[in-house]
Amino acid sequence: MSRRYLMWFAHEHLDFRHAEMQSILSMLKIPIKFVEKPSEHQPYWIVDLPSETCVKQIAARSVLLKNCIELWSRAKSEAQLHKNLNSAVKNISNKWIIPNVDNEISDTHICPCQLLEVCSDSKKSFKVDVETFCKHFTMKEKVDKIEKFSYLPLHGPVKLNKPDVTLSYIEFYGVDPNNVPEEPCDLFFGKWIADGQRDLIQVHSLKKRQFIGNTSMDAQLSVIMANQAQIASGDIVLDPFVGSGSLLVAAAHFGGYIWGSDIDYMMLHARTRPTRVGQKVRKKEESIRGNLKQYGIESKYLDVLVSDFSLPMWKESLKFDAIITDPPYGVREPTEKIGIERDNYTLSEHHLDNHIPSKVEYGLPHIYSDLLNFAARHLNMGRRLVCWYPVVRDEYLEEQIPTHPCMKLVSNSEQVLSKLTARRLLTYQKISDDIPETPHDTRATVHNFRDRYFAIGEISRREKKERRAEELANSAIYIKAKQDRSK
Amino acid sequence: MKLITHNMLTSKCLKGVVTGYPLAINATNIKVTEVDFNPEFISRIIPKLDWEVLWRAADSIGHSDGLPQTIEPKFEENSDFLKKAHKVLLEVEIEEGNLVCPESGRRFPISKGIPNMLLTEAEVQ
Ligand SMILES: C[S@@+](CC[C@H](N)C(=O)[O-])C[C@H]1O[C@@H](n2cnc3c(N)ncnc32)[C@H](O)[C@@H]1O
Repeated sequence: MSRRYLMWFAHEHLDFRHAEMQSILSMLKIPIKFVEKPSEHQPYWIVDLPSETCVKQIAARSVLLKNCIELWSRAKSEAQLHKNLNSAVKNISNKWIIPNVDNEISDTHICPCQLLEVCSDSKKSFKVDVETFCKHFTMKEKVDKIEKFSYLPLHGPVKLNKPDVTLSYIEFYGVDPNNVPEEPCDLFFGKWIADGQRDLIQVHSLKKRQFIGNTSMDAQLSVIMANQAQIASGDIVLDPFVGSGSLLVAAAHFGGYIWGSDIDYMMLHARTRPTRVGQKVRKKEESIRGNLKQYGIESKYLDVLVSDFSLPMWKESLKFDAIITDPPYGVREPTEKIGIERDNYTLSEHHLDNHIPSKVEYGLPHIYSDLLNFAARHLNMGRRLVCWYPVVRDEYLEEQIPTHPCMKLVSNSEQVLSKLTARRLLTYQKISDDIPETPHDTRATVHNFRDRYFAIGEISRREKKERRAEELANSAIYIKAKQDRSK
Repeated sequence: MKLITHNMLTSKCLKGVVTGYPLAINATNIKVTEVDFNPEFISRIIPKLDWEVLWRAADSIGHSDGLPQTIEPKFEENSDFLKKAHKVLLEVEIEEGNLVCPESGRRFPISKGIPNMLLTEAEVQ
C-alpha cells in the first residue's frame, strides 16, 4: 500500500522546488503521485509515495524540504480536522476513504485506523509537536490545542526528548504576515517521518568556512546544484571554473570524488586578497582541500589544477558523472582566456616558470559553447551538467538559452539578483553520444550578458543610489527603534 | 597531484602536439597521505584507467612496489590488489616537480601539489 505524505518546504527559492525534487526523485527512482495539485503559493505538497524508506531517502537529500510527515488528516477548518480523525479511528478498511473523488482538495478524506495504531502500543513513547505558520501561540495555547486530540488511541507515555513517535499538528495561516486570518486556512495532522537537509545550510555556511572567494556560492544553492546533478556516492565530478570550490563541497558531501580547475593561479593557491572584511592575510590552511578537511570529507578530494578551460587538457576517453559550475559572468570577475592580440610574440625560456600570461576576453557565448561541447564529449550517458547563466531580466527569452543536440535542458530556474538582473540555473542531461563532427556552436543565440549588463549600467547605478538611500532610511528607523526601547 | 589525475592529463593544448600522453613526471617532493579506502570507487575507476601508464608513473617515482603490471580479470574480488591500487591512485602525491610533455618536452610545474597547465600567450598564438 502506498502511503500519503505531507512534504513541507522552505518558503524560498520557489522556482527551484520542483527542479530539486524531480532530480532527487528520478535519481532515486521513486514514483510520486500528487493527491492535490501543488501550488507555488503553498509551501506544501500532498503526495503518495511508496514507503517510509523512500521518504527518508528523499529527506536525506533535499535542502528545500523542511520535513515530511505521514498524513493522517488534512482539513480547511479545525472542526473538520477532528471530524476526519474521529472517523479514522473507526475506519478498519485498511484504505483511505475518499467521499468525493472529484474534489481537488482532500479535506474530507479519512485515513485507515491502521495508521493511528502506531501509538496504541503502551510501550511506545510519543509527543505531539504543534507548529503554526504566520501566527504565534504561547506554550499554554499550544498545550490546549494538543488536549483536543484526547480521543486518539494514544496509550504510551509522553516523552518530550527523543520519543519513539513524534506526532505533528500544523496550523497554516498563509504566507502573508501583513494579512493573517483569524482561523488557519489549512490544518494537518500526522506522524513525523524525517527532516530535510536545512541544517546543512548552517553546517556548510560560508561564514564559518576557512577558504572563500568573492564569488563563492552559498551552501544552500550549492546543495541544490549537487542534487540537480544527481551526484551519488562514488561519482566523479568536475567544476572547470572552480574558484574557491564551493560547489564541490556539496558534491563531496554526497559522496562525489572531485576535480576542479581554474585559470586563476593565485586563487587556487589562496594568495588572492582575503575575501573576509577585516582579514589581512590568508591563512596557511586556506585551500579547497582545506575546506573539505574542515567538513571531514577530504577523502573525496582528487585534485585541482590551474588551467584555461578554452584549451583541452583531459584525455579524450575520460568521462565524468557530473559537471557543476558557475562560469565567470564578467562582472565581479573577468571572463578571460590566455592569449595576446600582438603578432609574432615570443617569450624567452627563463621567463617561463613564474610568468603570468596575459589574457584576452573570453565572452559568455563562447564559454557556454565550449561548456556544452565539453559536457557532450565528457559526460557519461544520462548524466548532467548543472551551470548558472546570467540574464538581464527584461530581455530574457527562453530561446536565448544555449542548446546542443546531445544535451537536453531538463530544468531552468531563476534566482533574482537585482531588479534588473538574475541568473538561471540550467540543468542539462546528456541524451546522445552522437557528437557532431564540427563542434556545435551555440554562440549565435546566446546573448552577451556582460555587454548587456554594462549597457544597463547607467540605470543600475541610479538604482543602487536609491537602494542605498532606502537602506540608510531603514537603519535610521532601526536605530530610533532601539533608542525608543532603551528609554 | 595524485596519480589518478596524472592518468587523465594530456598536453594536447600545445600547438603541434598530437596526443600529449602520457606526461612524464619529474618529482622533487613526494608525500603519502592517508585516504579512506572505498573499494567500490576503486573498482569503478580501474576500467577507466590506462593501467600501464599508471604502473609506469608509479614506477618512475619509486612507488610500484607490489603493484601488478597487468590487471587480472576478477580484480574487484581481490581486496589486497584494490588496496594497492587505492594507495597509488589516491594516497601518493607529487608535491613539487614537473610534468613533461612527451612530444615537445614542455614542462608544466607542480607546486604545493597543484599542477599548472597554463600556456603562455606566445604558445596559444
Ligand atoms: C563565478 S567564479 C566561480 C566561483 C566558484 N564557484 C567558487 O566557489 O568560488 C568563476 C571562476 O572562473 C574562473 N575563470 C575565468 N576564466 C576562466 C578560464 N578561461 N578558464 C578557467 N577558469 C576561468 C575565474 O578565475 C573564477 O574563479
